[in-house]
Amino acid sequence: MEKFKTVESRPAPLDSSNVDTDQIIPKQFLKRIERTGFGQFLFFDWRFNDDGTENDKFILNDPRFKNSEILLSQENFGCGSSREHAPWALRDYGFKVIISTSFADILYNNCFKNCILPIIVDEKHLNYLFNSSLNFNDYKVIVNLDEMTLRDNKGFSYKFNIDPYRRKCLLEGLDDISLTLMHEEKITLYENKFSK
Amino acid sequence: MKPETLFDKIWNNHIVHEEDGKPTLLYIDLHLVHEVTSPQAFEGLRQAGRKVRKTNKTFATMDHNVPTLDRNNIKDPISAQQIETLENNCKEFQIELFDLASPYQGIVHVIGPEQGLTKPGSTIVCGDSHTSTHGAFGALAFGIGTSEVEHVLSTQCLWQNKPKTFEVRVDGIRPKGVTAKDIILNIIGEIGTAGATGHVIEYTGDAIKSLSMEQRMTICNMSIEGGARAGMISPDEITLNYLRDKPRIKSLDNLDSLMSEWRKLASDQGCVFDKKLLLDAAKIAPQVSWGTSPGMVSSVDSKVPNPKNIEDPVKRKSIEDALTYMDLKADTLIEDIKIDTVFIGSCTNGRIEDLIAASKIIHGNKVSPKVKAIVVPGSQVVKYQAEKLGIDKIFKDAGFEWRESGCSMCLAMNPDKLSPGERAASTSNRNFEGRQGKGGRTHLVSPTMAAAAAIEGRFIDIRAYDVDLGDY
Repeated sequence: MEKFKTVESRPAPLDSSNVDTDQIIPKQFLKRIERTGFGQFLFFDWRFNDDGTENDKFILNDPRFKNSEILLSQENFGCGSSREHAPWALRDYGFKVIISTSFADILYNNCFKNCILPIIVDEKHLNYLFNSSLNFNDYKVIVNLDEMTLRDNKGFSYKFNIDPYRRKCLLEGLDDISLTLMHEEKITLYENKFSK
Repeated sequence: MKPETLFDKIWNNHIVHEEDGKPTLLYIDLHLVHEVTSPQAFEGLRQAGRKVRKTNKTFATMDHNVPTLDRNNIKDPISAQQIETLENNCKEFQIELFDLASPYQGIVHVIGPEQGLTKPGSTIVCGDSHTSTHGAFGALAFGIGTSEVEHVLSTQCLWQNKPKTFEVRVDGIRPKGVTAKDIILNIIGEIGTAGATGHVIEYTGDAIKSLSMEQRMTICNMSIEGGARAGMISPDEITLNYLRDKPRIKSLDNLDSLMSEWRKLASDQGCVFDKKLLLDAAKIAPQVSWGTSPGMVSSVDSKVPNPKNIEDPVKRKSIEDALTYMDLKADTLIEDIKIDTVFIGSCTNGRIEDLIAASKIIHGNKVSPKVKAIVVPGSQVVKYQAEKLGIDKIFKDAGFEWRESGCSMCLAMNPDKLSPGERAASTSNRNFEGRQGKGGRTHLVSPTMAAAAAIEGRFIDIRAYDVDLGDY
């Protein structure tokens, strides 16, 4: 897996709660058998009109947020199915960081497998980020995973929490399976003892 | 010894490796695989030159993409490719596949228990969030992403941070017409769709204990809609009686000793949960969802909420957005909502007891001329059972379409879907925007409510129906 590097970007403020995986990547795009190329389908039903043109009202189509690498969303982001197509689409589109007050468990977990950093902040700080991103044209947030900090170019600084093991895996781009196979002996031992 | 929860016992029994500051490496007893979330995992194995570690703990079926009308003629070339890819992967990696020709094919969460693959005390994963269904047997069962599918295929283990425990206790006696589906919809309405995030729910209490295994599966199935990592119910005699004659269980040599081990799994008296919720089944009414999130539910005898009465701006906006999408006016009576489509099926409510109960409501009635109604058995076995009982005929005589097994309209990855603006009474588990087809509007209900809605063309208080539903 690639290593997570410091991200600097104007966040895209998606003002919805319970953004579910059916919105992140609608099911008609789950039939591909590759891991790549899902970005074009991200938020498809919100991003595009029925005739295939861009929906001007959707925040990601706002020129101010077009190349954003940080996504802001309201509570319970990523609820619904276990489809990893959701983080594949988010990452392929260009998002490296998602900030919300809460995430659904499976999506949260899937993000770490795909070099996306999900950050949990409290409501007050999320509101601040939403407002700043909408109001300042030169707005930038810098996410530093090594220091576990969120800073902006207005003097704001916030220290976020993250599981130390997950942080290490993201920073070093570690591959889970190779790590597990280092415990191969223990797996075999377990199998011999408990499980045929 | 300190009293333990069912969850604690299973977790402790499956630890392969643990050390401070890291997740725990857990052993996985059963891995179920389907066509949508597995191709990239098999591709990963191939690229790394890895094998499937335990082919005897891995089983596959195709369900999401399967057409329910003519399953031998898959018109969508991408669906056909995904199904063919699963067939090839199962052949290459020597995994048992319940394919479209198998009399045991069906929705992965219906066939696992049906075949006796699901066992109490085991850890079960699948690249599907409704894996929580299997928790009904006192198993720790949860959905995983495709990277984890690949991880389990090659190591039979998974790194997991220990979740917290949440007891949802439902005491009292269910009123007539209130089903397991109404209980779980009511629970989600109470706790919200993120109410159990980071937790494993154990459902306890008399109203849960009195449920059949199929009803318990309905409850555990929708744990994920409350945000839970998994849902589970302590095994008891009802569990063991269900399992006793299942194909992969009845022939086990050590069945008696297994049964006595399974009995010991139940949460100990006095065990401690991190969180608790107490509900009274007697106060639960039949539920209908009105919004675009499974927590947006109301009793059938009440109204669609009015966002003006909601103080929290985030909640108010989500209700406004939902009502716009659903094309519903605030304060509309639930019984005044007219529907176009009825879908009975899915891993939530596509089992034989669900179909029997719905058929009792349907019997001697006709589907409203304005409604299109389909029944999709959860598996080929369910279909066979129903046809043997003549239930298919009851549905067909009333004007329902009787289909082959599959996920069908629950998620619209196959030809069964809603058209834009169409409104459905659905026994499935998600009412997200576009879930059942772009622009489609979903109301989640029980099979009996769906059946009544098919006849009436609108929702109706099922408690007024004079039909004996037995223990359903």
